[in-house]
Amino acid sequence: MQTLKLLDGSKFQITIQRLCHQLIENHNDFSESVILGIQPRGIYLANRILAQLKLIFPKSNIKNGILDVTFFRDDFRRKEGILFPSSTQIDFIIEGKKVILIDDVLWTGRTIRSAMDALQAFGRPDKVELLTLVDRRYSRHVPIEANYIGIKVDTINSQKVKVSWKETDGEDQVILISGV
Amino acid sequence: MANQEQRLSTKHLLGIKELTIHDIELILETAKNFKDVINRPIKKVPSLRDITIANIFFENSTRTKLSFELAEKRLSADTINFAASSSSVSKGETLIDTVNNILAMKVDMVVMRHPYAGAGVFLSKHIKAQIINAGDGAHEHPTQALLDAFSIREKFGEVAGKKIAIIGDVLHSRVALSNILCLKKLGAEVLVCGPTTLIPKYIGALGVKVEHDLLKALNWCDVANMLRIQLERQETKFFPSLREYSMNYGLNKQILDSIDKEIIVMHPGPINRGVEITSDVADSKQSIILNQVENGVAVRMAVLYLLANQSS
Repeated sequence: MQTLKLLDGSKFQITIQRLCHQLIENHNDFSESVILGIQPRGIYLANRILAQLKLIFPKSNIKNGILDVTFFRDDFRRKEGILFPSSTQIDFIIEGKKVILIDDVLWTGRTIRSAMDALQAFGRPDKVELLTLVDRRYSRHVPIEANYIGIKVDTINSQKVKVSWKETDGEDQVILISGV
Repeated sequence: MANQEQRLSTKHLLGIKELTIHDIELILETAKNFKDVINRPIKKVPSLRDITIANIFFENSTRTKLSFELAEKRLSADTINFAASSSSVSKGETLIDTVNNILAMKVDMVVMRHPYAGAGVFLSKHIKAQIINAGDGAHEHPTQALLDAFSIREKFGEVAGKKIAIIGDVLHSRVALSNILCLKKLGAEVLVCGPTTLIPKYIGALGVKVEHDLLKALNWCDVANMLRIQLERQETKFFPSLREYSMNYGLNKQILDSIDKEIIVMHPGPINRGVEITSDVADSKQSIILNQVENGVAVRMAVLYLLANQSS
């Protein structure tokens, strides 16, 4: 097994800051926008983005929630093992809002497709955008692209991209694992 | 968070007896997520869109049947309904023939209620589809026990260590047996209360206390689960009159106020108002009867969702 660090330390932090500033360009004070982290690992990135935005807009109160897509996935009963659901917490209606979906890694795009289905239960958003820390290029199964991208990497199917977080894994970093 | 490898230990849901503690925990945890789903503006998820479920009811039912049907629809499954009274069963068709004919129409799961104990187990040995027992005679009613456990957990945070009194017609009740098994597995203390004639002789073997005095039972418990007097199953007289039963074992406001703590009142339905429970108690703040019905849909969605995974 070989590992390659794609992002760590100050670069990681700078990337998050850049993503926040790109968001601000399109969303001003976020009064008409909501941020949704996708379960399970997208919520760490969403929290980090929210914390960073809070530093920039100390008085703001950005609507945010977490979205679980388990029941909307298309591989139910096609995999070994159960797709175990996590919780969804969206205590507002997204009707007419600009929704920013956040996930750590964009790979096949199937999770995001499910997320767009899952969103329907909370109203008709004005617009849906996608923010991801890592975009694994040229590996999409569905025509989905991110609006805000931390880093782009070229990978092959057998490789794995792992995003670690200070909160849970002790360190902020993105690593590429080969020969798993 | 539960890991992705978790699954049930069984292909069918025939009774609580066959379930492990882990199975019960998994169902209750999953049900929490479905309760969340059914409280959204759009209450439907597409998980079971490629599954067909037959609801086969050889006995009358309102709650269980509607609850299963709603759970199936909320999961986007296709459903067909079958009631024995309006079918070829009355022309003499056997159980296996009836079910096999239904399965020939490519049905994946069967939800069955039957007046004979063990009907689900019997069927599971002879047909390929997955069976969910929706009540078999006086034997088991597993989804009711699961939703009762879910409701108790929702109210108190956990089931372990809680004292639950099951009061009334224990002898004829499938709810009682499933509840005892489920609550004991989850670590609760269980007591059964009723007239001697309506308490099975060897029920102590299940590890439950037996009490014949309603007031003592109520003073002991945190939760009183009142059972319906099942007149349709009583071929002989088990007590002199309904009036006498209700005087001795009926739960009314007066007796509920006379105990010095606030207990939770449950009832699996249908209620015989004025017999085992009076209207003012059934509709009081202490009663969680309608919460039970709401939770029933979520718990059944969890059962169907988890079992559908087993067939892949």
